[in-house]
Amino acid sequence: MSNQSQKSITLTPSPSLMMRRKLANTLMFGGASLATFIAVVPLLLVLYYITVRGFSALNANFFLHAQKPPDDVTGGMKHAILGTLMIIGIASCLGLPCGVLGGIYLSEFGKNRFGAAVRFAADVLNGIPSIVIGIFIYAVAILPLKNPHFSAWAGGLALGVMMFPTIMRTTEEILKLVPISLREGALALGDTHWHSILKVVLSTARGGVITGILLAIARISGETAPLLFTALGNSGVNLNPNRPTASLPKAIYDFATNPSDYWHLLAWGGSLVLVAMILVLSIAARYFTANRLGESN
Amino acid sequence: MVAESFENAPPRAAASAKEPIRREGFSLSHLVESGFYWGTAFFAGLVLLITVLIAFQLWRTSLPAIHAFGWKFLTTSTWDPVADVYGAWPFIYGTLMSSFLALLLAVPIGVGTAVFLAELSPKWMRTPLSFMVELLAAVPSVVYGLWGVLVMVPALRPFQSWLSEHFSSIPLFVGAPMGYSMMAGGLILAIMILPFITAISREVIKAVPPTQREAAFGLGATHWEAIKGPILKSARSGIIGAIILGLARALGETMAITMVIGNGNGANISLLAPANTLSSALANQFAEASGQQVSALMYLALVLFGITIVVNAMARFLIWRMARDLGRAA
Amino acid sequence: MKKFTLGAGTLAVGAAIVLSGCGGREQTAQNGDSGTTAATGAPSSGIELTGAGATFPYPIYSKWFDAYKMAKGTAVNYQSVGSGAGIKQLKAKTVDFGASDAPLKDKDLKEMPSEVLHIPTVAGAVVLAYNLPDVKGLKLDGPTIADIFLGKIKKWNDPKIAALNTGLKLPDTPFTIAHRSDGSGTTYLFTNYLEAVSPEWKTKVGSGKSVQWPVGLGGKGNDGVTGVIKSPGGFGYVELTYALENGLSYASVKNNAGKFVEPSAESTTAAAKGALEAVKKDVRAPIMNAAGEGAYPIAGFTYILAYKKMDDPKKAAALKDLLHWAMKDGEKMAPELHYAALPDELVAINEKAIDSIQ
Repeated sequence: MSNQSQKSITLTPSPSLMMRRKLANTLMFGGASLATFIAVVPLLLVLYYITVRGFSALNANFFLHAQKPPDDVTGGMKHAILGTLMIIGIASCLGLPCGVLGGIYLSEFGKNRFGAAVRFAADVLNGIPSIVIGIFIYAVAILPLKNPHFSAWAGGLALGVMMFPTIMRTTEEILKLVPISLREGALALGDTHWHSILKVVLSTARGGVITGILLAIARISGETAPLLFTALGNSGVNLNPNRPTASLPKAIYDFATNPSDYWHLLAWGGSLVLVAMILVLSIAARYFTANRLGESN
Repeated sequence: MVAESFENAPPRAAASAKEPIRREGFSLSHLVESGFYWGTAFFAGLVLLITVLIAFQLWRTSLPAIHAFGWKFLTTSTWDPVADVYGAWPFIYGTLMSSFLALLLAVPIGVGTAVFLAELSPKWMRTPLSFMVELLAAVPSVVYGLWGVLVMVPALRPFQSWLSEHFSSIPLFVGAPMGYSMMAGGLILAIMILPFITAISREVIKAVPPTQREAAFGLGATHWEAIKGPILKSARSGIIGAIILGLARALGETMAITMVIGNGNGANISLLAPANTLSSALANQFAEASGQQVSALMYLALVLFGITIVVNAMARFLIWRMARDLGRAA
Repeated sequence: MKKFTLGAGTLAVGAAIVLSGCGGREQTAQNGDSGTTAATGAPSSGIELTGAGATFPYPIYSKWFDAYKMAKGTAVNYQSVGSGAGIKQLKAKTVDFGASDAPLKDKDLKEMPSEVLHIPTVAGAVVLAYNLPDVKGLKLDGPTIADIFLGKIKKWNDPKIAALNTGLKLPDTPFTIAHRSDGSGTTYLFTNYLEAVSPEWKTKVGSGKSVQWPVGLGGKGNDGVTGVIKSPGGFGYVELTYALENGLSYASVKNNAGKFVEPSAESTTAAAKGALEAVKKDVRAPIMNAAGEGAYPIAGFTYILAYKKMDDPKKAAALKDLLHWAMKDGEKMAPELHYAALPDELVAINEKAIDSIQ
């Protein structure tokens, strides 16, 4: 098919061929639009459900109170919201620079066997069930302690390990798309290699790199399993990263699996807040990185 | 082996930049340059180290089960914590089948949506749609699972009873239409990886330089031909990367699939039958397991690790062959 | 010159999330809700007890520990991670106490680093819930339940079920059988019961926190099982508290005295009383199929596990105070959340055990 049409470009196209090409054009675009429709329907349903269910849970108590017993309707999710922010913060401090720098290596210097091995390891690491990562961090970062205890540090470490390969691979894929001409231009102007990477390549690929980072944060922010045996959880507000710490996914899971109706409501509210947090983050990222040259989002 | 190629890396890297910078003697910028190189290399190597350590840890904890069951573990179907006899086949089948179903649905829809968002969609639709897709990648797995139980599974029941009434001669559609099934598992996975495939593919397509598309238009190509030819071709490796990322998530996905797949024993060809996956078995049983069961579960994790390696190797081989064919055609 | 715009951008992305993380580190090691910690005079000096384990008592423990913090000022952080995980964490000494729905066997007790005490806290019942819109007041006995879970009885109008339910109109619907897919104390209790009432179950399946089920769909957790039970013809086992809060229909079960007893907090406490002789000798003794006309047959305790000799004397004192409080004031709260309180005789046994903690 593709050979045929490419050849035809150089020849004078016959009317029937033109018709066929136009038909293909219409068909494929119809297909793409249909695909979008099919994709959007279940996704909209999910969003609708979270919003409707979650909204009724949101009030002052939800944000100002920590967990209360199941029959006390003034309980809230303050402990879990703060805990999740702290754990994701720690995870990002670790996973974000590691991932971006590793991705730079792969795209700029990674055309060797070491690069291939790293790439492979990153893809494998991406597919390991999150509970295994939790068990791993438990074994290497909690049990060997002199006084073994759960902490937000360990939870952040587990989530950081999960972010790392995702960010690395998306960063690499995006950087590889920056045209060689751009790099050459910078080098020809007498720029050093590292400087040209940081300045030209990264700023061109910024949007994509940030999408990758957001996807990674998004992915880890909903994880329960790696936190079970690292951050454990906490029924109260805790701001000390060296202590067991609550998180939204763990609290959602606990509340959703217990019989209390009010706790179920809190679970839906927690889900909505989690999604809203990602939304705010996403808007902030777009706002701060808006390209002055006017590239559309 | 790896270390050896590591040693070789700097000269090759310099060669990969089209105009290698050669400066005489030690200068500050030279120092920064090599510092930058080794810095990034260190972080890249860290992933390798972590993966190897996890593999080692899994292997170590699953040793008792490896000794007890050996390779037979992969082909037997008993999972009896009372008698301490374990076999992984139903879980292996469940993982492969559910991920396959998910890709079957999510790849055409996801890539199609990405093309639509990057190329076709009117401006007023583009931003909210792209935004929604990214947002959905953020919805916690538990929530997808809850939605699956409350909305998707009941909706599947009439469809499944229709299937089992009219197509029961096909082994894929035999059995009672209970909703909780392999079909539900594959569907929820597809919905979950869709935002991933779409978001990354869209970025990749958008990143193709406009000159390529303009050149195609200049040659008289229709819009689709301009996309199919130059754009999809240069974006292909990125799209496959997105699919691999989606597949990786599908293979390892735990909570949502556990909630809808029915957690039944045995490998059953019917899509209407309840099934189980490696990660759902792990999530279901790890917290309460003790003794031999723990090492059998770790063995499951090790098997999943192996599957991920094989799947990745296959995907890589496909990319390599496609690149070779392309090179030949040019 | 757009210098390092990416750096700035990424920083901005990170800023929101990282701020909390990095900000947290600057906080001094202060725990607890700063708003409410300034409670009444307390024996604690910033001590926080951490416990982990069973999910079944999570709601009541959550209530206890909240009330205890109000009363005494000591924060107790209890996390439901599953009984088995709770025992593992106690063994690794990452927590100050564990909680389990199933007592430790002698062999497991020996593997612990030092002597571990079992403190039964409340009792619970496993109920057989069903989804038949027109059927109320179903009655079942042990062998019939076992046959259903063995797959030998396939339809609701089976003669064996009809014989127990004269006067009920049972539909010609196949069972959709639900069981727990995750390991759980509920499964442990239920399979132990099946083993006691059916020799065939004992030889074919056996008992444990998870078993190889001959038939049925697996649901994760009580909520997962409830989801399956709500399917047409659904039938499965859940905890009493869960069935009550979710308005499920459940069956009366024939007990040791030949009476059909409805599960309730009272009939569960009755079961604990009926088994008191055995429990006096060893608190780990099972209370299923207990004697007494009002005793519900599928019942069991949930336990708090603690080291007799703790590493930190301050924590030992705090834990003793907590457990004494739970026996004195906590037990009264049990019925509100549909748990069965302990009989007074057992509370006395517990008090003695708690006193021995050092």
